[in-house]
Amino acid sequence: MDWLQILSNTASSIIGPATIGYALAAIGLAVHFGFAGLLNMGIAAYMAIGAYSYAISILTFGLPWWAGILVAMGGSVVFSLILGIPTLRLRGDYLAIVTIAAAEIVRLLFLTTTFDKYTGSADGLSGYHSSFRDANPIPPGTYGFGPWTYNETGWWVRIVGLVILALAVLIVYVSMRSPWGRVLRGIREDEDAVRALGKNVFSYKLQALVLGGVFGSLGGVVYAMPSNVNPGVYGTSLTFFVWTALLLGGAATVFGPLLGALIYWGVMTLLSNILPALVTSGILPFMSTTQAQTLRFILVGVSLMLLVIYRPQGILGNKKELTFVK
Amino acid sequence: MTITGRLRVRNLRWLFVVFAALLAATTLFSASPAFADVVGEDEPFRISGNVKNQGVPLEGVLIMVTGGGHDAQVRTDAAGQWRIGVPEKSTYTVTLDESTLPDGIAVVEGSNAQEVEIGPSGRITLNYFIGQGERNVTSFADQLISRLINGVNFGLMLGLAAVGISLVFGTTGLSNFAHAEMVTFGAIAALLLGTTVALPIWAAIPIAVIVSGAFGWAMDAGLWKPLRSKGLGLVQLMIVSIGLSLALRYIFQYFIGGGTLQLPGANTEKLTLFGAVSMSWIDIVSMAISVIVIIAFACWLLFTRIGKATRAVSDNASLAAASGIDVDKVVRIVWIVSAAMAGLAGVLYAYYRPGIKWDMGAQILLLVFASVTLGGLGTAFGALVGSIIVGIMVEISGLWITSDLKFVGALGILILVLLVRPQGILGRKERIG
Amino acid sequence: MSSDVAPRQRVKSTGLHIGDAVPGVAKVDPILIADSVTRSFGGLKAVDVEHLEIPRNAITALIGPNGAGKTTLFNLLTGFDKPDHGTWTFEGRSLAGVPAFKVAQRGQVRTFQLTKSLGLLTVLENMKLGAKGQRGENFWAGLFPHVWRKQEDAFEVKAIELLTRFKLDTKKDDFAASLSGGQRKLLEMARALMSDPTLVMLDEPMAGVNPALTQSLLEHILDLKDQGMTVLFVEHDMHMVRHIADWVVVMAEGRVVAEGPPHVVMKDPAVVDAYLGAHQDVDLGVVTGRYAGELTGEASELASEIQGLDHSPDPAGKEQTT
Repeated sequence: MDWLQILSNTASSIIGPATIGYALAAIGLAVHFGFAGLLNMGIAAYMAIGAYSYAISILTFGLPWWAGILVAMGGSVVFSLILGIPTLRLRGDYLAIVTIAAAEIVRLLFLTTTFDKYTGSADGLSGYHSSFRDANPIPPGTYGFGPWTYNETGWWVRIVGLVILALAVLIVYVSMRSPWGRVLRGIREDEDAVRALGKNVFSYKLQALVLGGVFGSLGGVVYAMPSNVNPGVYGTSLTFFVWTALLLGGAATVFGPLLGALIYWGVMTLLSNILPALVTSGILPFMSTTQAQTLRFILVGVSLMLLVIYRPQGILGNKKELTFVK
Repeated sequence: MTITGRLRVRNLRWLFVVFAALLAATTLFSASPAFADVVGEDEPFRISGNVKNQGVPLEGVLIMVTGGGHDAQVRTDAAGQWRIGVPEKSTYTVTLDESTLPDGIAVVEGSNAQEVEIGPSGRITLNYFIGQGERNVTSFADQLISRLINGVNFGLMLGLAAVGISLVFGTTGLSNFAHAEMVTFGAIAALLLGTTVALPIWAAIPIAVIVSGAFGWAMDAGLWKPLRSKGLGLVQLMIVSIGLSLALRYIFQYFIGGGTLQLPGANTEKLTLFGAVSMSWIDIVSMAISVIVIIAFACWLLFTRIGKATRAVSDNASLAAASGIDVDKVVRIVWIVSAAMAGLAGVLYAYYRPGIKWDMGAQILLLVFASVTLGGLGTAFGALVGSIIVGIMVEISGLWITSDLKFVGALGILILVLLVRPQGILGRKERIG
Repeated sequence: MSSDVAPRQRVKSTGLHIGDAVPGVAKVDPILIADSVTRSFGGLKAVDVEHLEIPRNAITALIGPNGAGKTTLFNLLTGFDKPDHGTWTFEGRSLAGVPAFKVAQRGQVRTFQLTKSLGLLTVLENMKLGAKGQRGENFWAGLFPHVWRKQEDAFEVKAIELLTRFKLDTKKDDFAASLSGGQRKLLEMARALMSDPTLVMLDEPMAGVNPALTQSLLEHILDLKDQGMTVLFVEHDMHMVRHIADWVVVMAEGRVVAEGPPHVVMKDPAVVDAYLGAHQDVDLGVVTGRYAGELTGEASELASEIQGLDHSPDPAGKEQTT
């Protein structure tokens, strides 16, 4: 077993595009659930919309990569409006069921052969990288040190992802300390009280849905940016994984989603390296390597349960500031 | 009460516009489908073939492959060739859509729908022989009846799962996402009993149902009861059920792998009833079992003491507790009954799909939620009505929209119902908010 | 935390109405006028108000037995519930169909029977949330603190002033959840005042309040009138109603059955009927002495109440009419 390689892979995952993508999606979810109290179980749909908008605008419409990102943001705003205008009045768990159903509809629409020309149906989309790579100002070569050694493309993806992530964190940090964020936190606890103070609760909830949705779709863009768009990724499981990352770090905190995504991918990478290694070296004789990979997801489910039961406020959350209000 | 009712009418109109637009878009694109000669290249196994009319390749002919829970379709390319990747080494039905052939010609040798089995090489070739001839056309009425029957069958199966979810919601307020895994559990239990333990299937299924009930008991005793005592909120409980659903789902995958497994006797001959309408014995038996179990369940709920107590708890748990009903006992029984029925639904679904897969329950979970919501959350009979409507709708919609979109309609209905009539068809308004 | 100041005796506002003090009587200067407002739940008519006027710059009490429709009427007038039909105007502008938040923006602010202080916000944040016209409540402006910082500081000064008046200033940085029930009621009222309302609607301001706090709460309500605001409140405590209300509106089974100055209305037979209606579980035959029987505690209370009514002199205060 090559411990050095395992640790190196784990350390590398910390700034991997998957981690950054999850962190962005988790920040979006924090805006929805942590700050505004909206039980959005359809964050996977936002990521799918981000990834597909980005890829389709480049592949089908020949737009440059940065325009693809703008289209992805626009797509999520449109989806938020379609989803939010009729549903935001629903009670918490009803909203959860509506959003999960809407996410499934979105996934099926991307998966169907009906729109194969644009979405690639079951095959997904790939080969949209040239515009992004052409814009890379870094000269070809390998940079970095230790586990964080990547070529110019690897760095370019990570830098763009980290810049987007930093902007998202900044926006959430500032807005949650503004009077706007105060109204939102009031709504999370009791919307009637806020309504009685003359605030347009519906409008605020919609704004929160749009803002979080934009982060979710940017998460989808970053997640798909270096590789391809695979429709198998955007199922309900993805939503649950992002929820796990969010609750791990702390739903009602600004840096919790970041920490959560980081730990989530760190642990997943660690386990995906360690478990098969343990199996092949005969330490876990009752298990095949495939089973070892499956075991990771069992652990995700179990830790989601334990988190919600024993530490609903997450690692960074304040116990006084209950995450689950109603 | 809040101001919920205010925007309803406007939203309704608005929603219809959206749905209409979506539907229009779907039909529009269906009319000019994409020309792709290869589908599912990532899949390990492959079915391919040629479509030629007396040596002339036919382009744009639609080929559909179904089986093992997998659905795919492809069009022939300019050379008349097509390839479809499939995930498993099993039997598939390949259908050539004769309406996409040029006028006046049809499949002349054999049927346009053929069974193929993937051999040891992992690939198989199937060529159609086309010529002048009568088409093998299924009349619209026959298709409709056949789909209607399938829909009722599917709906009854959904109903078995839906009444359980509805009872649990009614008595505890929990939207249980792990119900999907209770469905899968039943199917896997039957599989283990039928193959590993090698019981005859008529014994394996009832025992699987009993084991499922025990599983429900264990979940309530080991998890939900302690959490209720701990005073967790409904949203928290819902997310716990999501965690449980994930964990169980992957535990199943851990043991049975990612492929599809078949119960004994899953592939039986179809009996032709009339015209092109056919059913297998399994379908008939499955429907009969569903109907009998549902009637028994209804009698239990309506006439027995414990059934009445269940309805009382669903109606108002604190009032029921005050009038001397042991709510915890009722909830325990509700978990056992709903898990047993979910298990049975799993077994029947395994025959319907056909095949057992680790996430088979999760695939229909949202349809079950749709049924429950349509009928009215927390009302068992509403859930039944809702299930049959959803089942029929899913099947019938296949007449007009492609099969990979057939769940979209049902989910759309779910959203629409929650918005317009959140109490469902049979629910009372007072239940909500 | 009772008030240190001895209660001042204040002058009640009189001469508020035109004509006889019958249900629906016109007021000299009404601030709120409701016409044929109805709301039913299932078959039950919870509110059925033909005509009601609330006098400006006075304290009006809305009383009635449980289930009389007081809170429902409150919800309807503030846009929190939608009536089956009916119209009502506030300061001459129609409020029918106006959403709750706009009602509040126009200066008609309410509190709730079950206090809705936001426990996860600090006391000061609660107060600031109450202020109207905040620039920083726009998302884009919120991102640039220099746009709203000055206004925010002004709100903070105002909030601290109000908190000092309500003796909550020492708690300003605590989470509102840590306050006692009575303090939360005070906070909710103070928060409502942050928006400089014209009409303050209080739903059972005394419910669940420690008796030691009652006096100071009463003073605060009387202060509101002194500052030119109009107060409409729902209350069960008859002592309080008699003490501070200038005008009393009595509801029963969704209708306004009587209105008038407090000491007059309390003796109105319609009011007695209304309250008797709420005691249907008591054997009235026994209460009125027609049958022999044992009186429960509640019934004997009722009996003495009725006797008190029987022996009271003819309704005084009719002279106030016109």
